[in-house]
Amino acid sequence: MRATLLIARRELAAYLRSMTGYVIAAAVLIVDGLLFNAFALGGTEKLSAEVLSLFFYFSSGTTIIASVFISMRLLAEERQTGTLVLLTSSPVQDWEIVLGKFLSAFVFLALITLASVYMPALIFVNGKISLGHLAAGYLGLLLLGSAALALGTFGSAIARTQVLAAIFSGCIIVALIVCWLLAKVTERPLNDVFVALALHGKHFPPFQSGTVHLRDVVYYLMVTYVALFSATRVMESRRWK
Amino acid sequence: MIEVKGLTKYYGERAAIHDLNFSIDRGEVIGFLGLNGAGKTTTLKILGCVLLPTAGEVTVDGIDIARDPHEVRRRIGFLPDTPPLYGEMTVGRYLRFAAELRGVPAAEAERAVTEAEEKTATREVHDQPITSLSHGYRQRVGVAQALVHKPKLLILDEPTSGLDPVQIVEMRATVKALRGEHTILLSSHILSEISQTCDRLLVIQNGEIVAQGSEQELATKLGGGGTIEVEVVGPSARAIEAARTVPGVGACSVVRESDGTALLSLQGAPDLRPKVARALVNNGIDLLRIDRGAARLESIFLRLTKTPDGGAQ
Repeated sequence: MRATLLIARRELAAYLRSMTGYVIAAAVLIVDGLLFNAFALGGTEKLSAEVLSLFFYFSSGTTIIASVFISMRLLAEERQTGTLVLLTSSPVQDWEIVLGKFLSAFVFLALITLASVYMPALIFVNGKISLGHLAAGYLGLLLLGSAALALGTFGSAIARTQVLAAIFSGCIIVALIVCWLLAKVTERPLNDVFVALALHGKHFPPFQSGTVHLRDVVYYLMVTYVALFSATRVMESRRWK
Repeated sequence: MIEVKGLTKYYGERAAIHDLNFSIDRGEVIGFLGLNGAGKTTTLKILGCVLLPTAGEVTVDGIDIARDPHEVRRRIGFLPDTPPLYGEMTVGRYLRFAAELRGVPAAEAERAVTEAEEKTATREVHDQPITSLSHGYRQRVGVAQALVHKPKLLILDEPTSGLDPVQIVEMRATVKALRGEHTILLSSHILSEISQTCDRLLVIQNGEIVAQGSEQELATKLGGGGTIEVEVVGPSARAIEAARTVPGVGACSVVRESDGTALLSLQGAPDLRPKVARALVNNGIDLLRIDRGAARLESIFLRLTKTPDGGAQ
């Protein structure tokens, strides 16, 4: 675990020292702000809870996109530049490398996500929202981000370049989002499978409206675990290639 | 220190290395010599526990790399052909990260970094970002990361790759300074580097070890036993006649004869040099210089890597 924290600390420092990290953070906050102003605050009159719900809905989209961009470099960049050898030739298990990388990306995403808290706070100026709703929404964003980052880490483990990593993880995430649409046009039992897999449509809306279901929390944690486990397996298999 | 038996690695259908067998004793400095694509890097990556072999057995310090790679990695410092450097970090921070990653306790990491920097002459760039360093410094920082945790075995893959002549001399001095503290396995296709740095050579060709031993042993094994260069005052004929009286000296040829001096090349082991010198002086010939043949390692290498059609690959 010491190695995991070392790797996570170094990686997080690399995000904070690099231009890319700040560009991603700025892009997310700008897009979140524009969507919040245009669609959540703007338009017809709404209840405060509806404004907050819309904020989380739009933020979930930017969180997913940011996750793909943050995670694409995790392993693919190190492979491209040859620095991965430093980690793979050290007395560190492959799962520690994957977990360290993931943790750094998660902390960075969490910092960006929490930096957006001023937007829902603006609702307090003219309205009233429950702190529970706020906490549930942010928990949902972090869990969704965790799952998307883990899928991105898997994409970064299988790809040779960062661009390919972004394409791979983007495809996997879109496929899991589209599951919700497929669930609507299929019948049971296939429909049940699509519903269970749907990354956004099924499992995020409860958080958005301030409700935390254990099944949704477990779903996101499971996606995170399976994706990181798969990334570790990919890392291990590369030692044979 | 290292025992390799039947080591084989396939990439798909192609065998990168096949049935390698060799051993390296503690404290030895071994030169791993081969042309590009001969299998040097694959072998070193397996010894560095980065890759797993398809077949065969490798033990480092008595530990099997397939059974306990984690423990083997603690004992190894590995510099790949491209140094694994994080450009945005300063040298000091990078080496501290490498030290702690290899299990050096945080309290001792700073001292380990200082020692590694002193050994590799990188102390003066301690606070500089790696991205701002010259190629020579980067290569030395690469060596520093490999030895920062004081490993028993240092594996250096082409440490002088891409360096200019001055930097090559500096790197050679760095490696020489490490002699005795570590067992060193050094790969290169630069013959002079291997010749001047290593105790013993392993020559790999098409994924197989084609020869191993000291430069002298290889020269003897391949016939000829090496060459001696002699520069004398006076005509070459008298010097050749005198040199031939020494048992073990074979064919003699005149490399150059001008301005009253002659440069001769004598077939014979370099340890015959004192006898040859004595024979020349006893025959009244003024000796200007006597040395081992400069092109010897090149000729060994060319012979070992010669393909059936007569050319080197």
